[in-house]
Amino acid sequence: MDMFDEMQGQNGQIRSPYATFDAWLSDEDAARLRAKSREAEDLFRLTGITFNVYGRSEAEERLIPFDIIPRIISAREWQRLERGIEQRVCAINAFLHDIYHRQEILRAGRLPQEMISSNEAFLPQMIGMMPPGGVYTHITGIDLVRTGPDDFFVLEDNARTPSGVSYMLENRETMLRMFPELFSRNRVRPVSDYPRNLRRSLAASAPVACEGTPTVAVLTPGIFNSAYYEHAFLADKMGVELVEGHDLRIVDGRVAMRTTRGYRPIDVLYRRVDDDFLDPLNFNPDSALGVPGIMDIYRAGGITIANAPGTGISDDKAIYSYMPEIVEFYTGERPILQNVPTWRCNEKESLDYVLAHLSELVVKEVHGSGGYGMLIGPAASKKELKDFERKLRARPGNYIAQPTLSLSTVPVFTKAGLAPRHVDLRPYVLMSPEGINVTPGGLTRVAMKKGSLVVNSSQGGGTKDTWVLED
Amino acid sequence: MRLAISHITRYSYSTPVPYGVQQIKLYPKPTRGQAVINWSITVEGATQEAEFTDHHRNHVMLFSFDQGVTELVIHSQGVVEMADQAGIVGPHEGLAPLWLFQRATEHTRAGKGCRDILRSVEGDSDLERLHDLSARIHAAIVYETGKSEIAWSAEDALAAGHGVCQDHAHVFLACARAMGLPARYVSGYLRMDGQDEQSATHAWAEAHVEGLGWVGFDVSNAISPDTRYVRVATGLDYTEAAPIAGHRYGVAGENMDVTLRVTQQQ
Repeated sequence: MDMFDEMQGQNGQIRSPYATFDAWLSDEDAARLRAKSREAEDLFRLTGITFNVYGRSEAEERLIPFDIIPRIISAREWQRLERGIEQRVCAINAFLHDIYHRQEILRAGRLPQEMISSNEAFLPQMIGMMPPGGVYTHITGIDLVRTGPDDFFVLEDNARTPSGVSYMLENRETMLRMFPELFSRNRVRPVSDYPRNLRRSLAASAPVACEGTPTVAVLTPGIFNSAYYEHAFLADKMGVELVEGHDLRIVDGRVAMRTTRGYRPIDVLYRRVDDDFLDPLNFNPDSALGVPGIMDIYRAGGITIANAPGTGISDDKAIYSYMPEIVEFYTGERPILQNVPTWRCNEKESLDYVLAHLSELVVKEVHGSGGYGMLIGPAASKKELKDFERKLRARPGNYIAQPTLSLSTVPVFTKAGLAPRHVDLRPYVLMSPEGINVTPGGLTRVAMKKGSLVVNSSQGGGTKDTWVLED
Repeated sequence: MRLAISHITRYSYSTPVPYGVQQIKLYPKPTRGQAVINWSITVEGATQEAEFTDHHRNHVMLFSFDQGVTELVIHSQGVVEMADQAGIVGPHEGLAPLWLFQRATEHTRAGKGCRDILRSVEGDSDLERLHDLSARIHAAIVYETGKSEIAWSAEDALAAGHGVCQDHAHVFLACARAMGLPARYVSGYLRMDGQDEQSATHAWAEAHVEGLGWVGFDVSNAISPDTRYVRVATGLDYTEAAPIAGHRYGVAGENMDVTLRVTQQQ
């Protein structure tokens, strides 16, 4: 199978979105670029943007590698992606409303009941709850991969608390500082208004109890969380308070934060705390990160929680395999973005196929994330395959499998010059009662190791600036 | 039959409570054969913050402690008109799907103890088997107050061989769900024959039987609920149907005292 390189195409001809960049690059001196690359790394270190890697001793703080070669998407390509993303996010929100109300999709037999009834991500406390403005996923990250000029696939929907948007913003900031001349030669759509759009979108989702200008706050689990940097960064860029559970109390029927002038009600809480930890009175009683009673205030209409609790039911990997049906059921349209074909291992025929073709497939845990606990068949040793076979047979319902896609590559800058590396793309989507806003671009993650298909930062992946060109 | 109920829960704390919330599910549920003539809930020592209907159609109120209180008094009272339904609550209502009531919870996970009971259960219909199940649990767990713990699971109670109404209900739920039937926990009031003063609120279970809908089973008294049983809150287990649940900061020791009168008016 031929690999599709987004810069060089399949035949070594520079593709048109990269033409201006390529012309600039060929005039550049390699030594200067090397120096710039090091400078970029220093900048990241200075801003303090680091990432805690789980599963390592002492939760080691590490810099995510940044590559100076941008990933460039044409206006035409983006137009189609944007339409597909909007369609998908609309469908996800309609699905969530349905699942927590009349469950028409189950009654219609378009989704098997067990997919919901035996799913731990289904949150009973959301049954019959209409979130303010009807919005469930105020922020969604749709992970896309590409295999050819016109072939994009959705790999995953992140509808709980998608992270990484601070990298999107910092990457652009860094490129603007390093290579200002590039941005006068190329008409790149800005991403810097994301924090303003986020704040506007959250404010537009305020509950009826809100009086006057909505007060927005970001709820973080605290400094020990791997994404704490991003929580602080977003609160700062939006100009809103960063709060922890112990800063909040229930006052006058509202969730209120402590200020120097007493308690002040919060209208919209952008929470980066998982459902289970959100409310020790209603969920995990041992949680010290949440606010006891916040679900009661939410159900009584006193606050907007973004994203709504219970959205995990829509980004579960087993539900993912039904997304084409879900999109059609709620929008009445054919899905614009394709799903990666997926075998559900809880179905016997699928399991048999997966076991017989394990060395060709990618197998993922249904509820997993961050690239943990997955098997990449073609890269696995005999022993790893054997071990995984045992896991599959023991708990088939815990896994899905997908073909190993020939992911597109974009060159990265190495000591020996440009070298192709596999990439994915996570665009960020904002939703409010006023509409949907897709930030042009998103976060491009790149597997820094030659031939590797794992782009997750927790597994050593890096990032690139992502350009969407103006028409 | 009319029942007049007065339910006072008095909490006292050894030191002032700096902050906390109390969640109250004390309003009798809309139920066939059970009409609320009047009802009121007053709380001293805390302020009402929210009121809503939850996913089990329970009436829920949230209160926050007034700063520095050492006593919290919750007084729930009113009159309920009861008509005999032979223990049958009727068709399932509301948005919560029936399959939700087949889910095991921490308190209602069936283990070896439940499986042993289930193996001996007999009957020609679900209804008969449920009655037999209730009787067998009644025999396996002796009703005894003051010796069980609120956090006990169904298996804990079976292993101990004694427990209270909460434990009886949890074992029934675990077994009924293991039989594939939807089942739920009910907390409420029971007027014990010939006495106005009751020692505590009561709890029992309901299972959903094809053709009948929800049917009540009071394992502790080995009968199905009649006009002396007032349904107040329901849930998958005790944690969802508890009349009062709280989350309190500060290390104050807590003492709870309940005064409950259920009197027959006609």
